[in-house]
Amino acid sequence: MTQMPPLAVYAQRLGDDALILGQRLSEWCGHAPALEVDLSLANLALDLIGQATHFLGLAGAVEGKGRDADALAFGRDAMDFSNCLLVEQPNGDFAQTVARQFLFAHYQELLLTGLATSKHERMAAIAAKSVKEVAYHCKLASDWLVRLGDGTEESRARMIAGLDWMWRFVDELFLMDDIDRDCLRLGFGVDKAALRRPWDQRVEAVLSEAMLQAPAVRRGVAGGREGHHSEHLGHLLSEMQFLQRAYPGASW
Amino acid sequence: MSDPKKEWPLWEVFVRAKGGLSHRHVGSVHAADAKMAIEHARDTYTRRMEGVSLWVAPSAEITASDPGEAAALFEPAEDKIYRHPTFYTIPASVKHI
Repeated sequence: MTQMPPLAVYAQRLGDDALILGQRLSEWCGHAPALEVDLSLANLALDLIGQATHFLGLAGAVEGKGRDADALAFGRDAMDFSNCLLVEQPNGDFAQTVARQFLFAHYQELLLTGLATSKHERMAAIAAKSVKEVAYHCKLASDWLVRLGDGTEESRARMIAGLDWMWRFVDELFLMDDIDRDCLRLGFGVDKAALRRPWDQRVEAVLSEAMLQAPAVRRGVAGGREGHHSEHLGHLLSEMQFLQRAYPGASW
Repeated sequence: MSDPKKEWPLWEVFVRAKGGLSHRHVGSVHAADAKMAIEHARDTYTRRMEGVSLWVAPSAEITASDPGEAAALFEPAEDKIYRHPTFYTIPASVKHI
C-alpha cells in the first residue's frame, strides 16, 4: 500500500469508505423496518457502491499496475483496506444505522463539495457527480435522526444509544496525514481538518432539532487509514469477497 | 404514532415524467407523514429516472365514484357520439388542432 503514489492512496481511501459503507447498508436488504425503508437503504448502498467503483477505478489507474476497481475491492485483505473505522461499524438496530449514516453523510458532503473543485480533473468529476447523491443521503439521515430523536421514548433511547456507539469514530474523519498533506499541496485534495467546524455546526443544528445532545467527548479511535481495523471488517470482507476468493475472475 | 403496531397510513403517488406533462398516478407508499411520503415515493418510484416532480396525497382523502352507480354515471355517454368534435370540417389552413 505504501508503494502507491499519494494520489492513488487518496482515491483508494475515498473508494474504501464508500465501498464498506455500501456493503454494510446492503446487509439491510430484506430486513428493514418497512418495505419503503428497505428501498431507501438499498438506494443509498447502490449510490455508495457506484462512487466506490469510480474512486477505486481512479486509484488503480493512478497506480498504473493494471489493478481495476474490482481487483482492489475483492483482492485485498483487511489490513490493506484504508476506510475509516466509522463505516465498518455494525448496523446494530435501525437507529444505530441512522447515526452512522448521519455522521458520515455530512462529512462526505463537505468533503465532496471541496473535491468537486480539485485540480485533478477526474477526481473533480467523480466528486461533482457524487455530491448530489450524498446531499440526499444527508437529508434522509437527518430526517430520520429527528424522527427517532424526537419520537417515542423507545426511539429516542435507541437514537441516543446509536449516536453513543458511533461518536468515538468521528475524530478520525478529519485527521490529516502525509498523504492528505501531499494531495492538498498539489491542489488535488481537501483540508479535512478545516471541515470539522462546518461539520460541527451542521450536526449540531440537526441534533438540536431532534432534541438531542452530542455525546460526551471522549478519546476518539483511529487507525483505519493505516489498515488497523476493528474485528468487524474481516467478517464483512469474508462475505463481500467470498465469490471472487472461491472462483477468482468469475464473471456473469 | 400512538399505537406502535399500527401501520403507517397509505399515500397515493403521482409522478411528472418531464416538464409539460401532467402528474400521473403510479402507485402508493406507506409513510408517517407527507415529508416521509415524498422521500418514500422518491426512493420507490423515481429510481430509474421516471420523474422530475412528485405529488403525494393521503389515500384516505380521495373520494371515489361508487361502482354500483357506474351504469347511471357513465352509460348515458355511450350513445352521444356527437359530443366528439368529429362532425366539423376543419379548414385546411388550420394547422394546430
